[in-house]
Amino acid sequence: MSITVKDVEHVANLARLELAEAEKERLAVELNAILKYAEKLNELDTEGVEPTSHVLPLYNVMREDEVRESLPLDKVMANAPEEEDGHIKVPAVLD
Amino acid sequence: MSLFDLRLSDVHNRLHHKEISVADLVEESLKRIGETDGKIEAFLAVDEEGARKQAAKLDSSGEERGLLFGLPAGIKDNIVTEGLRTTCASRFLANYDPIYDATVIQKLRQAQSVTMGKLNMDEFAMGGSNENSAFHPTRNPWDLERVPGGSSGGSAASVAAGQVYFSLGSDTGGSIRQPAAYCGIVGLKPTYGLVSRYGLVAFASSLDQIGPLTKNVEDAAYVLQAIAGHDSRDSTSANVDIPDYVSALTGDVKGLRIGVPKEYMGQGIDPQVKERVLEALRTFEAMGAVWEEISLPHSEYAVASYYLLASSEASSNLARFDGVRYGVRAEDPANLLDLYRRSRSEGFGTEVKRRIMLGTYALSSGYYDAYYKKAQQVRTLIKRDFDQAFEKYDLIVSPTVPTTAFKIGEQVNDPLTMYLNDICTIPVNLAGVPAISVPCGLADGLPVGLQLIGKPFDERTVLRAAHAFEGQTEHHKLRPAL
Repeated sequence: MSITVKDVEHVANLARLELAEAEKERLAVELNAILKYAEKLNELDTEGVEPTSHVLPLYNVMREDEVRESLPLDKVMANAPEEEDGHIKVPAVLD
Repeated sequence: MSLFDLRLSDVHNRLHHKEISVADLVEESLKRIGETDGKIEAFLAVDEEGARKQAAKLDSSGEERGLLFGLPAGIKDNIVTEGLRTTCASRFLANYDPIYDATVIQKLRQAQSVTMGKLNMDEFAMGGSNENSAFHPTRNPWDLERVPGGSSGGSAASVAAGQVYFSLGSDTGGSIRQPAAYCGIVGLKPTYGLVSRYGLVAFASSLDQIGPLTKNVEDAAYVLQAIAGHDSRDSTSANVDIPDYVSALTGDVKGLRIGVPKEYMGQGIDPQVKERVLEALRTFEAMGAVWEEISLPHSEYAVASYYLLASSEASSNLARFDGVRYGVRAEDPANLLDLYRRSRSEGFGTEVKRRIMLGTYALSSGYYDAYYKKAQQVRTLIKRDFDQAFEKYDLIVSPTVPTTAFKIGEQVNDPLTMYLNDICTIPVNLAGVPAISVPCGLADGLPVGLQLIGKPFDERTVLRAAHAFEGQTEHHKLRPAL
């Protein structure tokens, strides 16, 4: 399995990254090298082995569904690149 | 001698008898930062005004004294501090002023330490040298041509240079222990879940853990005491009783059973580093502990498993940096998609993009089972290695890093070599167990770190053994000539 520049473009699109041509070529080489190294894992037979996503025996952590204080709107908006009337402003979703 | 070379109890005694004030401690920190930070560049932001204000407040308060009363602290820049710029050493967050404090910062406030400012790191904690900081690299106080390690490189260099009394860092694959080893100080990664991650900017949520970097083990015990504990705002926080860590420091390790994994002492380990570790084991023997060689057979698969898992989690966690709610937004976006793409591409550095790409690929349709699930299964095998070893041993001991600090620019273009530096630290994060790095001597004038790994939530044994070792040696007293 080898990653091509076309694959890099596909993944970059999924990750919402815009890459220059030179960057795409470099990443194809680097990702191939890293994934080749990762193929080492195939030396191990993991048939029937439970995957570990988390080391603690925690599952759904519930709390009471009660109203709590939210972050103050003016402070939240202070970090927003663009705001209007208490809303964060973005360009049109569709052209 | 610096006030910061005094034991914590001595500092508190002097404060109690009004021989010194908190203002003196803060001025000492500011003076030292002024003298040394031009050389090592550990800080991203110094909060001179805030620190002086806090010192005045503590000096005039009649309140009961907190555990870390008056001690100047540095905070890694991925831990959010209300009103104090927090950038994760990324251009993306170059203008970000948090509107709340991380839980550890609230706990430090209760313990009454003084925050001096924010410390440099590899961007979003991705890297082991601080060369991935978007702003500037930090330099190792022992040799300015060398890296301090990373990603908590600023946190380690700052303590080693005597700029602060202690610092906080975060450790995902070795990011507290490796820089502590490179800078000749103590660094503790607690058990996963012991310290709240609320307000720690997430890199890999199932691996990240906050911990202290200090000049000695006793200080590490005090800082851990102050920051450990369950937090309902972090759903992965463990609801366990917090023991007394300081009282564990008895100096007694008689009968302690130590396992030394042959996989951590073999290929790639610098001969001088190995010799320092063997000397340390002889010190433990002389104190009545016993050690023997063991095997953690899946060790050689840890790095591959880690880079798939950590990158996958990172690709998901870093999706929040989209240029909409905070951070630096690209200029004149054509539409929303263009805004996402350009804000992220302009804001993230090379290593961050590389890991997002790797993680996105590993999680993408068609490759999930082959890479992500496989890596999680291997994680299970690695964790079992530790479970089995801890049935027979109280502690696992190894080098923290295979070598001493490397030169700036030496490895930056070779991601795989860079990743292999983490071969002794990564398995610990995958298994979620606690580990400390303590100084165990020098190799060619550069510090070597000894790693002590414990059972889950058994920080007491880790600290006890590390403290006993420190008591028999002078390594932790060595200071760089800066």
